[in-house]
Amino acid sequence: MSAMDPNNTHSEREVQILHSAHDHAHGHDHAHDHDEEHEHHDTFITKYIFTQDHKMIAKQFLLTAVLMGVIAMLMSVVFRLQLAWPGKSFPILEPILGKWAPGGVLDPNFYLALVTIHGTIMVFFVLTGGLSGTFSNLLIPLQIGARDMASGFLNMLSFWFFAASSIIMLFSVTIESGPASGGWTIYPPLSALEQAMPGSGLGMTLWLVSMSLFIVSSLLGSLNYIVTIINLRTKGMSMTRLPLTIWAFLVTAMLGVLSFPVLFAAVLLLIFDRSFGTSFYLSDIYIGGQALEHNGGSPILYEHLFWFLGHPEVYIVLLPALGITSEVIATNARKPIFGYRAMIASILGIAFLSFIVWGHHMFITGMNPFLGSVFVFTTLLIAIPSAVKAFNYITTLWKGNLQFTPAMLFAIGLVSFFITGGVTGLILGDSALDINLHDTYFVVAHFHLVMGSAAIFGMFAGVYHWFPKMFGRLMNKRLGFAHFWLTFAGAYGVFFPMHFLGLAGVPRRYYTFTEFPIFNDLVDINVLITWFAIISAVSQIIFLFNFFFSIFKGQRSSQNPWKSNTLEWTTPVEHIHGNWPGEIPEVHRWAYDYSKPDREEDFVSQITPLTEKEIAEGAH
Amino acid sequence: MTFLILAAIVLFILAGIRVMSIAALSAELRNNRKDDVITDAENRSQGNMWVIFMIAFFAFCAWQLYAYGDKILPEAASAHGPAIDNLFYTTLALITVVFILTHIVLVYQAYKNAGKNGRRATYFAHSNKLELIWTVIPAVVLTGLIAYGLTVWNDVIYPGDKKASVIELYSKQFDWTARYAGKDNKLGRSDFRTIGEGNDLGLIEDSKSDDDVIVKGEFHLVKGEPVQFKFRSRDVIHSAFMPHFRAQMNCVPGMETMFEFIPTISTKEMREKLNNPKFNYVLMCNKICGAAHYNMQMDIIVESKEEHNKWLAEQKTWSQTKAAATQTASANEQLKDTATSDK
Repeated sequence: MSAMDPNNTHSEREVQILHSAHDHAHGHDHAHDHDEEHEHHDTFITKYIFTQDHKMIAKQFLLTAVLMGVIAMLMSVVFRLQLAWPGKSFPILEPILGKWAPGGVLDPNFYLALVTIHGTIMVFFVLTGGLSGTFSNLLIPLQIGARDMASGFLNMLSFWFFAASSIIMLFSVTIESGPASGGWTIYPPLSALEQAMPGSGLGMTLWLVSMSLFIVSSLLGSLNYIVTIINLRTKGMSMTRLPLTIWAFLVTAMLGVLSFPVLFAAVLLLIFDRSFGTSFYLSDIYIGGQALEHNGGSPILYEHLFWFLGHPEVYIVLLPALGITSEVIATNARKPIFGYRAMIASILGIAFLSFIVWGHHMFITGMNPFLGSVFVFTTLLIAIPSAVKAFNYITTLWKGNLQFTPAMLFAIGLVSFFITGGVTGLILGDSALDINLHDTYFVVAHFHLVMGSAAIFGMFAGVYHWFPKMFGRLMNKRLGFAHFWLTFAGAYGVFFPMHFLGLAGVPRRYYTFTEFPIFNDLVDINVLITWFAIISAVSQIIFLFNFFFSIFKGQRSSQNPWKSNTLEWTTPVEHIHGNWPGEIPEVHRWAYDYSKPDREEDFVSQITPLTEKEIAEGAH
Repeated sequence: MTFLILAAIVLFILAGIRVMSIAALSAELRNNRKDDVITDAENRSQGNMWVIFMIAFFAFCAWQLYAYGDKILPEAASAHGPAIDNLFYTTLALITVVFILTHIVLVYQAYKNAGKNGRRATYFAHSNKLELIWTVIPAVVLTGLIAYGLTVWNDVIYPGDKKASVIELYSKQFDWTARYAGKDNKLGRSDFRTIGEGNDLGLIEDSKSDDDVIVKGEFHLVKGEPVQFKFRSRDVIHSAFMPHFRAQMNCVPGMETMFEFIPTISTKEMREKLNNPKFNYVLMCNKICGAAHYNMQMDIIVESKEEHNKWLAEQKTWSQTKAAATQTASANEQLKDTATSDK
């Protein structure tokens, strides 16, 4: 019996302890607890719907994220049409949007609703839930050598809370008064008072309910990830042998656990202000012809609470993408990731700093200017670990033998976005410059490149790279090439020109710029941007086709299609409960022995024991 | 027009790539597929694509700079504006160099090291020296940048004890009201509970408010004289954004925020410079505030002291407005009385 194997006793026992609660409740067996003849007899429901298998849960997260991503992307195309051709009638909109696009012209309130829900879905549902949910779930047990997550049951709950919050968020778009429309940051009083805009009524209530469920999902997931990584590593898998993906997921989960509760507090207080007459965020307000009772609160408090999550959230989105990139670049450069320990240090450095920079979103809110100076200092410091990461990626390519798989292209694309979007952070993080650029399109350009495009490219890289692990088949590479280049060119075409708009003083979240004569000669930039947005959106059809077609008809994958070192490629192609049919392999080396001298193959799996020569040379 | 042609060319190239890839796909679907192996030819062509991409990308950036470069950062019309612009251009120069160099190196590495069968990568896992270099250099450069940035920030935010005239900018969905502090340069107090007809700003009985002047639609500033803005909001957060003056501050209900600057170029001079007789400085809302957020604006006129005094004298003070309102009210009262007695 595998559980009796002395090499694995430690982690096996942990699994048994952690699983015992739900094992009893469900009478559910685990492959590793018993001999192999006790096969599973899953029903459709336990296999595909209320599954506790991390691999299936990862696929559930991915499919939900793909659906949400497509919806949010289509929303952006709709509001881009309005921005490029303000007031022009697009007859196709009326049958879809009904009263929100009378005569095919988008309604100003619904424009704001689209902007808000686009942001919410992309930031939380695609790049937080989707990205972490998919790859943390898939890769943590597989890459650390565990049978499953520490708690399969909590993991299942995590997905279903995510699904419920997704459904509520989508449902909110369909209601009579429209969804939340105050921007994804939902600053009160705008979001607190129904009189301020129609979206602040039932739509905002649903937004808050949805986000509360989302936070529950995120916390259940994150706690599970942390416990699993710390406790369930296989024998020999020391922290300094972990692939950088796992390091990134670990730190991301910690950020989530520390910051999402603060968002929950912010949301809860907002619910109180909205429904129970408290005044945490409200004071001295006269609206809709009457003076409100609320007194003594401050919207600035909300901004502090929101951005205390909001800034770490940027790295919750970005770090998993960077982790995936490290893995994909090293594998396909056929080289060790350059500066493994510096990469870990920079992940930790970025994570630490991300908690003390939130004030850079608030330089001109009336916050004490001295506090602004402090946040300038901490913010610009983030450039140091970020620079280390970028240079280390580039050095990893140096004298490599680059295999341009679609995943590799997306990973290099991420590095490009990370640099292009990152450098403008030095401008926006400087409070004196922020005076003139705050809330302009310069900000939109900055974060869409450094966090939006970079993170989504990390996600694409992950999907192309681990598709064989998820579905046992490969995605078509040529469609992957086309998808990459079109999306890459499209994203730069959309977001780069926005820097110019912002520098000309164009504010974001404007329904149209026609009311300001000073913006008249900038109209054609918006047309250009919208065309690129359409190209990017259409290019995603290539991806969707490739994705769904390959699930069923793709080339069957071999066990280790990319000749990778990490443990997930030592499992069989067919998914089984418990991941490894026999005992869990022991790990003898780090994950990056690519093109090691004296070896015939250009990769050395982590389960290959060190040779005496290697030990003599100080390998560990 | 240029951009249309450019867009057409881009579209054409992209369509070409798609057609080729679909043709290749159908061929592949018939033959044995090898999606897990990237052939030497594919590695070579993808490596080349990176170079093509970079050239196209840099050309695209350069074209944008050519087409829109003169529209970014319109000439600063405030005393502190040039300091902000200098800081901006210094930072921009720095990051442009980083952006171009890193992209050249990144793309060159991708091009040069495109995979080949039988070639072996160099096992190069770390180098303390290199890592030290790219930790220390950014740290040093950033120290300079932080020091420079904070100097400018302090100069802008703490303008010293010049005698600035006080103007309140009062925001509500979806317009602005300006209130001049009058001869005493002190704004009268207010309370949101007294807001009502004829008292949009919720002013309360206070001798300081008698000489206050309230204007809508446009407000006037004196060229060369410091002005201290005090911002209030009636309902939701707004943001007073005056891009030509490099000035912005949020207007937050329940608190008062401030920003001070000196206008340096009069509207007339700016119109001549831009050769645009219709040009006006503008105050816009830059914090999402509701359906008409996109059209919450007020014109700003910068003029000489004499012109300004003349204009200000033409405006009604708060006590005059109140008196007129009382008269109208009693007149209305009388009218109503007459009307009722007629019945």
